[in-house]
Amino acid sequence: MAQAQMRRAIESGVPDNKQYLHPKLAKNYGNWKYHDRPRPGVLHHVSHDGDEVWSVRAGTQRQMDVWTIRKLCDIADKYAEGHVRFTIRSNIEFMVGDESKVAPLIVELEKSGFPVGGTGNSVSMIAHTQGWLHCDIPGTDASGVVKALMDDLYDEFRREEMPNRVHLSTSCCEINCGGQADIAIIIQHTKPPVINHDLVANACERPTVVARCPVAAIRPALVNGKPSLEVDEKKCICCGACYPPCPPMQINDPEHSKLAIWIGGKNSNARGKPTFMKLVASGLPNNPPRWTEVGEMVKNILHVYKNDARPWERMSDWVERIGWPRFFEKTGLPFTKYLIDDWRGARVNLNASTHIRF
Amino acid sequence: MAKKMHATPNLDQLESGPWPSFVTGLKRLAQDKDYVVDVLGHLEHSYQTRKGYWKGGTVGVLGYGGGIIPRFTEIKDEAGKPVFPDAAEFHTLRVMPPPGMHYNTDILRKFCDVWEEHGSGLIAFHGQSGDIMFQGATTENVQKAFDGINELGFDLGGAGPAVRTSMSCVGAARCEQSCYDEAKAHRQVLNTFLDDIHRPALPYKFKFKFSGCPNDCMNSIQRADMAVIGTWRDNIRTDEVLAKKWFAKHGMDELVNDVVARCPTKAIQIKDISKVRKDGHISSVALNAEKALEIDNKDCVRCMHCINVMTGALATGTDKGATVLVGGKRTLKIGDLMGTVVIPFMSLKNEEDYQQLVDLGQKIIDFFAENALEHERTGEMIERIGLVNFLEGIEVDIDANMVATPRTNPYVRMDGWDDEVAKINAQKAAA
Repeated sequence: MAQAQMRRAIESGVPDNKQYLHPKLAKNYGNWKYHDRPRPGVLHHVSHDGDEVWSVRAGTQRQMDVWTIRKLCDIADKYAEGHVRFTIRSNIEFMVGDESKVAPLIVELEKSGFPVGGTGNSVSMIAHTQGWLHCDIPGTDASGVVKALMDDLYDEFRREEMPNRVHLSTSCCEINCGGQADIAIIIQHTKPPVINHDLVANACERPTVVARCPVAAIRPALVNGKPSLEVDEKKCICCGACYPPCPPMQINDPEHSKLAIWIGGKNSNARGKPTFMKLVASGLPNNPPRWTEVGEMVKNILHVYKNDARPWERMSDWVERIGWPRFFEKTGLPFTKYLIDDWRGARVNLNASTHIRF
Repeated sequence: MAKKMHATPNLDQLESGPWPSFVTGLKRLAQDKDYVVDVLGHLEHSYQTRKGYWKGGTVGVLGYGGGIIPRFTEIKDEAGKPVFPDAAEFHTLRVMPPPGMHYNTDILRKFCDVWEEHGSGLIAFHGQSGDIMFQGATTENVQKAFDGINELGFDLGGAGPAVRTSMSCVGAARCEQSCYDEAKAHRQVLNTFLDDIHRPALPYKFKFKFSGCPNDCMNSIQRADMAVIGTWRDNIRTDEVLAKKWFAKHGMDELVNDVVARCPTKAIQIKDISKVRKDGHISSVALNAEKALEIDNKDCVRCMHCINVMTGALATGTDKGATVLVGGKRTLKIGDLMGTVVIPFMSLKNEEDYQQLVDLGQKIIDFFAENALEHERTGEMIERIGLVNFLEGIEVDIDANMVATPRTNPYVRMDGWDDEVAKINAQKAAA
């Protein structure tokens, strides 16, 4: 009976965005000529017909309570004709058709606690994931790490003083939902999973778990008379791939799940082709609530990059010019044997030349 | 008024500092909701013990097999009772955003009303796949919340081995670098696969992403199974007024160091105006009375750098469309893979063009569904079977634009070489 009363879904799919576009955006759809940035946090777009629109970008906490969203809506109604959009990095943008409203909008946003910035050569908001708040497999938190780091990088968000844009991401496991970035902070487990053999048979589809392991370190086994799984700990690379399909294979450890720093990921095709980021440091403690050690290292790398890179060099372009030895020298980071790739295809990451900077 | 708050000494420390605080937001919600009081207690427990305590399960809405991310607490006392009973269930609804993530305040306020009534009141704009994440509802309330959101014209996104929610950039709505109608492509493609989104039955996840130009603001090459990235075939457009304005402001040093020297294929030269070539594939623009910028569009790889630096003075061409790359993904299981070119250029101007894009997506998904192993992404499948076999499967001809270099090893059986050469020569003759 209850079933009969349930509403059938309307499979409407992706909604049309035309109904939500700011009128100036709707009018000039596909007809924009150029843009400039009158100040950090503001984009000024001009159409082929001479129409102008100013977009004011502000940082948010991404996980927003309804009070925050309604506050942002109040501001949008007052200054931005009731239209906003979000960027891929969870910044909010207010489109303004009247230049005279830009300055008061900025004042109102900052007064309400939303920093204006994130455009051009700034450190933009960190792409982040779910973490302890909601994920089922997280090694660390996401929103807390981001909050702590963005407190530290607040001025760099509000200014455009970097050589080129800087994208950051955080990820709570090696799946790396946060994605490629100029600097990425990712959990790196250092011990094999701890297996609760009482639960494996009931909770896990064992062949699936065996197949999931990148190094074939898992095999079915009878443990204490129960069907379970065992891990060849010499082979195990502690990636945690077995944990999602088999939660009794606990990979997270308060002490041994460390944080690693990766640099030089670039999404864009501008100048060189897109690049993957490279592992440059690990072993940082997973240290809530403010992850101070991680923040210090990120700030150090940013500081060296800011002082050393030339205009328009992204992190990857900069290292390509100065070379990896000098990156490690300038940042003071130790170059350890673990940073030499030995996964499949690793030889393309070795130096097959006499190109050496002295 | 809700029940008494738990002590949250760790989370409290995330209320200080200038960046907006999600903890402050949660505490505001906790004033009225016992649910969020316990969510805060649950999260504080994670902060104190440095571990996560949510497990998955099965929760859904009528008619769909995915789109809800179920979460049940694992923090239980010795009797097996939840320590934070009001937050024992903390499910998320993944809801697909409009292309370009444009909203008006009316719809955002309506989302808030629905979620205040049926959920925690916490909404993330947006998840890494682009979903609006309505975070935190009990099993009982999931259907009610979905009904409310669905009535507003929004639908659930993907989860599990399904076509996933997609993202597109701000695009034609507010970007001069847009090379196609990203919103149209996004909707037309995704809405073709609603069954594959709502009823997970593929070998593994499949992600589409839509970027309007090679700046690839959606990061699609590194993470999309099918990346649709705007580009153009004709010459870079120029605007003399804006070029002279740029040069007057920035000067020769910046032009040489930041523009000419950073062109990846050395396609840009600075010349006396009288010496600029007049060929059909040359773009040029005067910088002052004597000097001009000359771009050989045959050498240009459409990287966007010079256009990014001199926006307006230089612009994308008008013969627009997209390059399609397939197979991007992050580490697990075989290591990171970038998407690689499958369609060097696909015109995206009229209805037929967009239908062709949909048809390509359909072919790729059909092939993926038939041929991928369980939990294997498209990139891994192509790595296993080889690009040529994949291309034959989706009926796309090979093209030299698909490789960075030709093969560097002889380990291939090549007794079909003459036939292939004859076929290509016949095609050339027929063209």
